[in-house]
Amino acid sequence: MSFPYLTWIVFLPLVGAIIIALFSGGREKLIRYLAVLFTSLPLILSLVAFSVFDRSAAATGVMQFQEKISWIPAMNANYHLGVDGLSLPMVVLTAFLGLVVVFISWKEHLRVREYFVWLLLLETSILGVFTSLDLLLFFVFWEVEIIPMYFLISIWGSGRKEYSSIKYVLYTLFGSALMLAGILSLYFTTGTLNMVELAGNGMAIVQSVMPAVAIFFLLLIGFAVKLPVVPFHTWLPDAHTDAPTAGSVMLAGALIKMGGYGIIRVCLGIFPSVARDYAPFLLTLAVISVLYGAAVTLRQTDLKRLIAYSSVSHMGFVLLGIFALNEVSLTGAALQMVSHGLLTGLLFAMAGLTIHNVGERDLRKLGGLARQMPAVAVVFSIAGLGSLGLPTTSGFAAEFITFAGAFSSTLVAGAPVFTILAVIGVVLGAGYILWLIQRVFYGPVKEEYNAVKDADGLEKIYMFALVALIMLVGIYPAILTDIIKLGIAPLAGLLGG
Amino acid sequence: MNLGLFIPELTLAITALAIILFDLFVERKGWLVAVSLIGLIIAAGSLVVTPGSPAQTIFNNMLVVDGFAFFFKLLFLGISALVILASTDYVSKFTNFRGEYYALVILSTLGMMLMAATSELVTIYISLELTSISLYVLAGFLKDSKSTEASLKYLLLGAISSAVLLFGMALVFGSTGQTQLGQIAGSVASLSATGVMANPALVLGIVLLVAGFGFKVAAFPFHMWVPDVYEGAPTPVVAFLSVGSKAAGFALILRVFSTAFGFTDWLSINFGLVFAGLAAIGMFVGNLSALPQTNIKRMLGYSSIAQAGYLMVGLATMGISPPADILGQSGVLFFLAGYALANLGTFTAIIAISNKLDSDFIQDYSGMIKRAPVLTLALSLCLISLIGMPPAAGFMAKFYIFSGAVQNGLLWLVIIAVLNSVVSAYYYLRVVKVMWFGEPASEEKVPSSGALRLALTVSCLGVLLIGIIPGPIMELARAAARMFTF
Repeated sequence: MSFPYLTWIVFLPLVGAIIIALFSGGREKLIRYLAVLFTSLPLILSLVAFSVFDRSAAATGVMQFQEKISWIPAMNANYHLGVDGLSLPMVVLTAFLGLVVVFISWKEHLRVREYFVWLLLLETSILGVFTSLDLLLFFVFWEVEIIPMYFLISIWGSGRKEYSSIKYVLYTLFGSALMLAGILSLYFTTGTLNMVELAGNGMAIVQSVMPAVAIFFLLLIGFAVKLPVVPFHTWLPDAHTDAPTAGSVMLAGALIKMGGYGIIRVCLGIFPSVARDYAPFLLTLAVISVLYGAAVTLRQTDLKRLIAYSSVSHMGFVLLGIFALNEVSLTGAALQMVSHGLLTGLLFAMAGLTIHNVGERDLRKLGGLARQMPAVAVVFSIAGLGSLGLPTTSGFAAEFITFAGAFSSTLVAGAPVFTILAVIGVVLGAGYILWLIQRVFYGPVKEEYNAVKDADGLEKIYMFALVALIMLVGIYPAILTDIIKLGIAPLAGLLGG
Repeated sequence: MNLGLFIPELTLAITALAIILFDLFVERKGWLVAVSLIGLIIAAGSLVVTPGSPAQTIFNNMLVVDGFAFFFKLLFLGISALVILASTDYVSKFTNFRGEYYALVILSTLGMMLMAATSELVTIYISLELTSISLYVLAGFLKDSKSTEASLKYLLLGAISSAVLLFGMALVFGSTGQTQLGQIAGSVASLSATGVMANPALVLGIVLLVAGFGFKVAAFPFHMWVPDVYEGAPTPVVAFLSVGSKAAGFALILRVFSTAFGFTDWLSINFGLVFAGLAAIGMFVGNLSALPQTNIKRMLGYSSIAQAGYLMVGLATMGISPPADILGQSGVLFFLAGYALANLGTFTAIIAISNKLDSDFIQDYSGMIKRAPVLTLALSLCLISLIGMPPAAGFMAKFYIFSGAVQNGLLWLVIIAVLNSVVSAYYYLRVVKVMWFGEPASEEKVPSSGALRLALTVSCLGVLLIGIIPGPIMELARAAARMFTF
């Protein structure tokens, strides 16, 4: 048997968490170095996996690095891991952000041991979601993720943190409760929990009269809460705003991508015909998410809340790409998830840094900070411009591919109309991003912020690393799209596009 | 008759008497704990030697020794051992009657073991009373006004429910002329008139049986005694009550309804729907009433009503599914095992904390993470298990029991159940929130004895183990439930 990459990638952070919990003795420095060690190892392993991943045409739709051990014989459930072109980029993204958030948290001094334990547990659970090929295992990881996030927001957050954290938990549990009912229905209509088999056979192996539409929507609601899709989005601004910076980065960067990933993998993969039937309805929701999200973003006065709402709008693009049901648009949606993870991760990191160094988060009181913190101003601007889709950044590549694919989709009636409406969101996006940068960094220099420090050495390292990645994906998107296509192509075949 | 099959029960009876005897002569009461545990271990040892397959009957078909009884007996012995370990701190505060306390716990366990093994109406009643009367006394052990009130309430309502149960048995006997469950089944199957309305006496008898058993398992609408008794009775007794008594009640329901009434479709589908309805309402009543509670024991009382609702989803499945399908029965068994560990862990942690605080109010648990980090972590894990979130046992238990319901077309009930889990998350997490995020009232550490820590460790490891590797226990539950398919 070959080297079990995925098990190591998924569980190394957990091992780190256990070591930190039991053996670190509460020494802050040691804990930080351990956290770096146990997040950089999965990153290295995931990069190795990325480089040895079989990109040949024969690998289209094939799950690679598979591991399968019988888990619960009575339920026919397996410990089954594997990645394809769709999930591998998400795994690399999560592993990368996992390391970045450790650096972001370098200055955390409150209950340090607990903090890093929860952070590492969070990484394990997200990685588990992206690598599971068994629905029960997938669901277990999906639910486990709730607990670390709950603690991260409640203890190390700010503002109305207890309200936000319980709201986050209840929303997610609501979604996953319905998802559980959906998974159970799926299991008894098809007799298997294996996602590959389910996708391969589609609903052709239906044994009972459970309507596929009902199962589809039970599952979809679970994913839609996470993505989030309007009207299930109200947990997001609260959670993102009140979470600690590292929490926001993980939430926006990796966690909400679980929703988009789930929709593509489960809802589209298993129910292609239902997805086709209901695509116009879901595209409507996508457009509402884009426009409503953008409109609300324009009115925000809190730095983090503004970025949070912009996520709602950007996730609308993902939903648009997904339910345009076209190979190109789906590739764009997957790329948009990675790109948004990098861009919004960076935006939240910069916002957190600004708030930490300045001590002020109200946009009406900030201003002129480009003089006092030039490095942050530049990087923040690059991330912002990427977020509004400037060429040479990943945001441009992702949005362009999404829109181009969605516009030319022949499977869904009226796809061009939905696309054009969604493009308005980009215009609004340019508005709120540029206005945000102007209000924070430009305008008259304020005397009271003269003592504000710029980013220090460590912070610059991860800032520039993120910028480099954003540029890399922007200039040479094929580095990801070549892989994503391998995962999307069989789906597009199922959908008939 | 092979008396060897009865050795576990005999051991417990002897242990109970030995404890009372020892109590007279021994100065250091710690020995009483040792004697109880040794008795339980010997009983468990002799039980494992006779695992009950193939099934055998003893005492003229009064008792059955089969895989089903084996599963429950093992569960009761484990519960009893954990309760005794968790009681040591609490009981050491008593000046008197320590021997009687342990003896009553053992006697009650004996009653529960008999409940799991009965196959005949009269022995059902006797074993039920043996369990209940011991518990009535235990509930009043503190002798303060609340404890006395709890005991009296429990006694009065319990007596009424026993009467109702007897009446139900009389009606069933009158309709079928049999007291043996197996022969009742034959008699029911040979009834010429089928349909609910055609056999009013039998149906009324079954309804009264449901009421009588429903009281034992604290299911809606027979749950009125729960909050007061949970609040007033000694905490270890509440733990025993919430887990042991409930499991024994479900053992009886499963046995009676699977054996006697499970094979006639017109009957089983109807009682299946009755259970489904009671489950749905019970979950709502338990969870919604638990939301505003400020006393943690009262809150757990309501939570146990809701948990009975989840368990009844399994009973509904059992009624509706064809007799060859054992997902419902085995789901109930598996759920009970997971629930027992999580609830015992919860109460053990509460005993330790309340011993120090002298308070059961949730707000007094504030900042407990700084005063007792291990207890807090353990209590949080057990509460997460009660919510039904992975990686704890509660999740697998719910997954398994709901899977049976979905397979038999009860998706509506499952959706109600999973949404109820979301509601329950709110009040369970409120305790977690107070403990982790609140400011401690003092910096003083909360101590816990070795016995308590042992009980807590066993429960928590069990919760995690069943949550992550549920296979073995699931197989055990399936083997036990297979007894009913013949």
